[in-house]
Amino acid sequence: MEVSITGARIYFEIPILGGIPITETIVNSWLVMLAIIGLCLFLTHDLKVRNVSKRQVVAEMFVTTAQNFVNTNMGEKFAHYGPFVAALFASSLLSNLLSLIGMFPPTSDLSTTLAWAVLVFVLITATKIRTSGVLGYMKGFTQPIFVLTPFNILSELATPISMAFRHFGNIVSGGVISALVYAALASLSSLVLGLLPGVLGDILSHIPIFQVGIPAVLSVYFDLFSGFMQAFIFCMLTTLYIGNAAEE
Amino acid sequence: MEKALVLMGCAIGAGLALIAGIGPGIGEGYAVGKACEAIGRQPEAKGDVTSTMLIGCAIAETTGIYGFVTGLLLIFVAPGILTGLL
Repeated sequence: MEVSITGARIYFEIPILGGIPITETIVNSWLVMLAIIGLCLFLTHDLKVRNVSKRQVVAEMFVTTAQNFVNTNMGEKFAHYGPFVAALFASSLLSNLLSLIGMFPPTSDLSTTLAWAVLVFVLITATKIRTSGVLGYMKGFTQPIFVLTPFNILSELATPISMAFRHFGNIVSGGVISALVYAALASLSSLVLGLLPGVLGDILSHIPIFQVGIPAVLSVYFDLFSGFMQAFIFCMLTTLYIGNAAEE
Repeated sequence: MEKALVLMGCAIGAGLALIAGIGPGIGEGYAVGKACEAIGRQPEAKGDVTSTMLIGCAIAETTGIYGFVTGLLLIFVAPGILTGLL
């Protein structure tokens, strides 16, 4: 029985700066970005004020939903974060859904999610500094008493790490469990069909018939539901953290 | 011999790390139960309760995910590094 669980494969290396590896993650995330750009161009060309097409209705629905999401979670004064959160959601969702068509989802590489989390962390810190000034930001670490400074720094650093690991872990766990189920079903079908007498059993036991259909149930949960939930939660936490940073 | 010991330790550690899944399981079950109670009491607030519950579940899941990531590191990363050190 063969179980193969691999990380991102390296396609080739660019021989500058000690070799930059071009991995599956990079290729697939560029594909996702191209898909999003294509979708945006398709949805937004030929917009009208009257006699709107179905396509424009869908585009307006997306924009309104994203803007409402940001406005309810962060307040009206952060309305300009709408496009950022929408872009984050779209890239996260499409990356997660890549596993539906059997491609390597970029979000099951820690580099991708950690990069997004660091981006969000920079935004949080920038918002904090803008609200209370550099001195106020430094002073915030010594609250409520001076002794707690190391713990405050730790909890500050825990934010991006927990965001990155949550997203990464959920997507990877889906992939690992799917791989294990596929392998288990293959060995189960060769075991059960091998019981058939004669040549029939010999032939059928090499075809993993049980792999048809049964893993689809898992796929609905791990790829569709979990992928959507993680994208949603990542954006929800982004908005909440940035919104909270402005209130302090 | 040392390699076998290292691999054994990694495998046992990975198994132990996944015990971390118990906590989030209990916690999420409790949260979902309370959410069901809340929806039963106030069916008109179903949307808000559900979305808040899902966010809470996702955050409660984090500790379990940490355990899972530790297990992954112990299976796929640690044996290579540790046997390289020997």
